[in-house]
Amino acid sequence: MGRLLGIAIWIITLGSVWMFVSKRWWFPEAISEHGPSVDRQFMLTIIVCGIAFAAAQIGLGWMVWKYRETASQDRATYSHGNNRLEIIWTIVTAVVFISLAVMGQRVWAALHLHAAPAGSYQIEVVAQQFSWNFHYPGKDNVFGRTDPKLIDDSSLNYLGLDDTDPNAKDDSVVSTLAIPVNRPVELVLRSKDVTHSFWVPQLRFKQDLVPGMAIHVHFTATKVGKYELACAELCGMNHYKMKSYMLVLPEDEFRDLAALPQNQFQARRDELLNKYQLPRY
Amino acid sequence: MAEATHETVHRHEPPKSFIRKYIFSLDHKVIGIQYILLALSAVLVGMTMSVLMRMNLSWPGTHWPIMGTLFPTGAPGGVMTPEFYLSLVTMHGTIMVFFVLTTAPQGGFGNYILPIQIGADDMAFPFLNMMSFWVTFVGFLVLLAAIFASGGATVGSIGGWTQYAPLSALGEIAGPGQGMGVTLWVISIAIFCVGSLLGALNFITTLLNMRTRGMSLMRMPLTCWAWFTTAVLALLSFPVLLAAGILLLLDRLAGTSFFIPGSEYVSGILSGSDPRLPYHAGGSPLLWQHLFWFFGHPEVYIAILPGMGATSHILSTFARKPIFGYRAMVFAIFAIGMLGFFVWGHHMFISGMSPYSAVAFSILTLSIGVPSAIKTFNWIGTLWGAKIRFTTPMLFAIGFVSVFVAGGITGLVLGQTSLDFFFHDTYFVTAHFHLVMGVASIFGMFAATYFWFPKMFGRMMNEALGKFHFWVTFLGVYAIFIPFHAMGMVGMPRRYANFSEYEFLKNTHGLVLFVSIAAIITVAVQSVFYFNLIWSVFKGKKVGDNPWEATTLEWTTATPPPHDNFAGVAPVVYRGPYEFSVPGAPKDFVMQTEPEGIEVPAGLGETSGNGGDGHKH
Repeated sequence: MGRLLGIAIWIITLGSVWMFVSKRWWFPEAISEHGPSVDRQFMLTIIVCGIAFAAAQIGLGWMVWKYRETASQDRATYSHGNNRLEIIWTIVTAVVFISLAVMGQRVWAALHLHAAPAGSYQIEVVAQQFSWNFHYPGKDNVFGRTDPKLIDDSSLNYLGLDDTDPNAKDDSVVSTLAIPVNRPVELVLRSKDVTHSFWVPQLRFKQDLVPGMAIHVHFTATKVGKYELACAELCGMNHYKMKSYMLVLPEDEFRDLAALPQNQFQARRDELLNKYQLPRY
Repeated sequence: MAEATHETVHRHEPPKSFIRKYIFSLDHKVIGIQYILLALSAVLVGMTMSVLMRMNLSWPGTHWPIMGTLFPTGAPGGVMTPEFYLSLVTMHGTIMVFFVLTTAPQGGFGNYILPIQIGADDMAFPFLNMMSFWVTFVGFLVLLAAIFASGGATVGSIGGWTQYAPLSALGEIAGPGQGMGVTLWVISIAIFCVGSLLGALNFITTLLNMRTRGMSLMRMPLTCWAWFTTAVLALLSFPVLLAAGILLLLDRLAGTSFFIPGSEYVSGILSGSDPRLPYHAGGSPLLWQHLFWFFGHPEVYIAILPGMGATSHILSTFARKPIFGYRAMVFAIFAIGMLGFFVWGHHMFISGMSPYSAVAFSILTLSIGVPSAIKTFNWIGTLWGAKIRFTTPMLFAIGFVSVFVAGGITGLVLGQTSLDFFFHDTYFVTAHFHLVMGVASIFGMFAATYFWFPKMFGRMMNEALGKFHFWVTFLGVYAIFIPFHAMGMVGMPRRYANFSEYEFLKNTHGLVLFVSIAAIITVAVQSVFYFNLIWSVFKGKKVGDNPWEATTLEWTTATPPPHDNFAGVAPVVYRGPYEFSVPGAPKDFVMQTEPEGIEVPAGLGETSGNGGDGHKH
């Protein structure tokens, strides 16, 4: 039984490690400036994890194989432990874990402990059950006033845009996110009803949208294309299909789109959605 | 440490009537079994729900006639609606975390075994003990009532066991099942909190005050240390959940705004403009998360610590070797318990809370891996140089170590803020907590059941059935949960009723199917365990007082133990709990009650100076 158990543990270990090493199920390609750093930190972490996992499981398997009760043995080794060993392996573990922890703050700090760089293009994101609204400031680059009392989903005024405000006249509100490539983007994240979460896997970025808060985040996308946007915080019955797209556009294409008047924005957005394809999976 | 002097006074006469003996019993042994029976019933409901979830994810759109018959609105034509799926997710989590993992390990085995292991005749407060079980039981009934709250459209609320506000606070307008389904959920959990607190008081008082002569703290089995620490965690964390639940109920029923901000616009209605959505202002959804997780993180340690204690105990017993590093193990239990209160924010990195707090929580979170690693090294160290007897409890104890490592190691990934950008709310998280909490805990309970069953019922469980149960379960749980990591790598979000909407998920169907087949098999084999339990109570091989040749106090008394545990004669303890393979001793185990006369030869057993054998080092 000891040998069988040892073998079973080793086979499980092998299979688990293979699942990662083969990269058969892996992150989609990173398309943000900070993305490769996240991936590198993950690789470092998963290698440490893999070594620890394999060592522990192999050790466990080895112990149950080697120290299974045999007729020849009279007693087990009488030992209450080994203080020196305890201290050594505790210190080594602590050093490795704390180092990983400290390294694991770097990308987070770059994105969250610094404000968006000057010149970031600002877009307001307002989530609701079960769709996304993206508010573009238009040619004047000033967001028009919104008022909750003016919200009326049935007449498609999802944000309560106040059309008596001159700044609102050139604003567009659509269900697709479009951003320029290689330029920092600042999103102001809000929600109308419950907590949602903005999630684009390729971006290596996720952030909750909380009612009552306006959360500022920033990132820079580095590859043109069309990417799926999913909600990542349980928000009700249609959480599984609260879907949209993020378009990363070449600078000139984006500039033209951003300057379009309200009545042309939607149609151009449709064209662009058709023009760009999702990555191949 | 002062040793308690123990008077052998019958504090309550043995009961005579059936009701006083088996229903409203003051006897910690009966109450322990009642908790275990509650958990055994609850886990059946929880497992059934998880199988239904797997069926929905693997074969979406399939007509299941039985579903259509039982739930004509929830599964019209036999096809589960998304809200029905979410209510299964919610109830599965709630039932498993509260009514399985927070009942059997502590209230079940802790109640039964702790007093005997410390040489007491019962818990400090037998009446409170009885109340703690029955209050918990009522909580379970209320939760079951929640299943019917939406008239079959769902099996209760749809907000997950975490019930984040405002989704949980807004009422029916936020979605089906969010009306009475949430209200009953909150009431059920509030009742559960009370039951838990009553239990925690009992454990702490009993352990501190009622140890028999010679049973110093450092001679206690590690099971007792684990139950003690768990009780402290429960005492400090459940009041916070209770408070949060009360605030949530007030938001839902009394128009307060603890968790609901102003200007809510839900389903076409602005708050304050319609009776379906009253006026709210100034509340914080994040407040719910802080309160919930301040409880929620210690809760996961409440779920796992008893299993760790049982594993240490059982590994030592069947390795025929003292536990490696007893003192370090006690320290690690304390460290895990204490650090467990400082890390709750790692559930909230992405929540919108201060990113500076996130950094602090992240570093503290990875620190908690250190005491867990110590325990793992010491379990493996216990097996080194051992003489292992592969009984069923031993198999599950070894299995505990394996799955705990598998699940715990990914904590290193999830605890880092920068990696949480990708992994938060994906199946990678689900893989982690199922392995490290769900599976490991269950293995601890299986080990405990096979181990202490003979003491409880005077008969062994069937070894062949037990080994079969172990093997299929061990392989099965890995087959289910290792692939969850792969799903997380691809970015698969949690709590999705199906994955058909997204291109980036289209290559996962093979994985999803594989997991479901493994899950169905693993759930099915648990019937062998249930059969073994019931059959063995009546037909199991009869045994004496110490069939496993173990050393702790429960094995010195009759099988099953008499009403006051020790037939009026309190045991006296002379040595530590894990004196196996002592050189020169007549047998390969020396019981804790064995008087002086068997000395450890000079030069041996001094390696850690941890007083494990109770002698002055």
